Amino acid sequence: MTFVLELLVSLLIVGGGAFLLIGSIGMVKLPDLLTRLHAPTKATTLGVGGALVASMVFFAGLEGTLSIHEVLITAFLFMTAPISAHFIAKAHLHEHTELRDGLPPTGRPVGWSTFDAAPGAGEADEDDGRRGAHD
Amino acid sequence: MIEYALQFGFAAASLALLLNLWRLLRGPALMDRVLAVDTMVINIIALIVLAGIHERSTIFFEAALLFAMFGFISTVAYCRFILRGDVIE
Repeated sequence: MTFVLELLVSLLIVGGGAFLLIGSIGMVKLPDLLTRLHAPTKATTLGVGGALVASMVFFAGLEGTLSIHEVLITAFLFMTAPISAHFIAKAHLHEHTELRDGLPPTGRPVGWSTFDAAPGAGEADEDDGRRGAHD
Repeated sequence: MIEYALQFGFAAASLALLLNLWRLLRGPALMDRVLAVDTMVINIIALIVLAGIHERSTIFFEAALLFAMFGFISTVAYCRFILRGDVIE
């Protein structure tokens, strides 16, 4: 039983480390920011999740001290990684407004989401889209 | 067996940190640097968790949790600053 748990912890650590490394290699190798965003947000989050699950199995199974902290950190990271990726992509799009010219037409009366306000949006949302686009 | 896995984990996370540092210094876009710092925070959390397994101590988790929160808040604050010119309006 101990051997199985040790094997599980080792596999999780090795898998997590491999994913961390793959995520960072992807961030170095990929051509521009919007493709580069994929590597850290998927692979690195999975890697740190693997390390945290390994730690949870290690302390609960081998040391006998069940701790809930890892679940807290994992949940926090898995919730916040998409939010920060979205913010980075949005800031990049508004900083490089020439990226807007390469977009195909939407075929609808409104433009692309982060550059134009949503149809029927309230005044606050409209203000958000316009001011961000033209600052 | 866990010791060897931990050594691999330390090596992988440290190498990942060096690659992130290269991206942080290189750029070229401003948001590349923010993304590099965000990824560095996640790699540091992984290192702290692995150090906790290595030392067989649960005292490291508070540090990891604090890093997670500060990393997220600083990334969002910086993006907010670039988007709106102000963090809290």
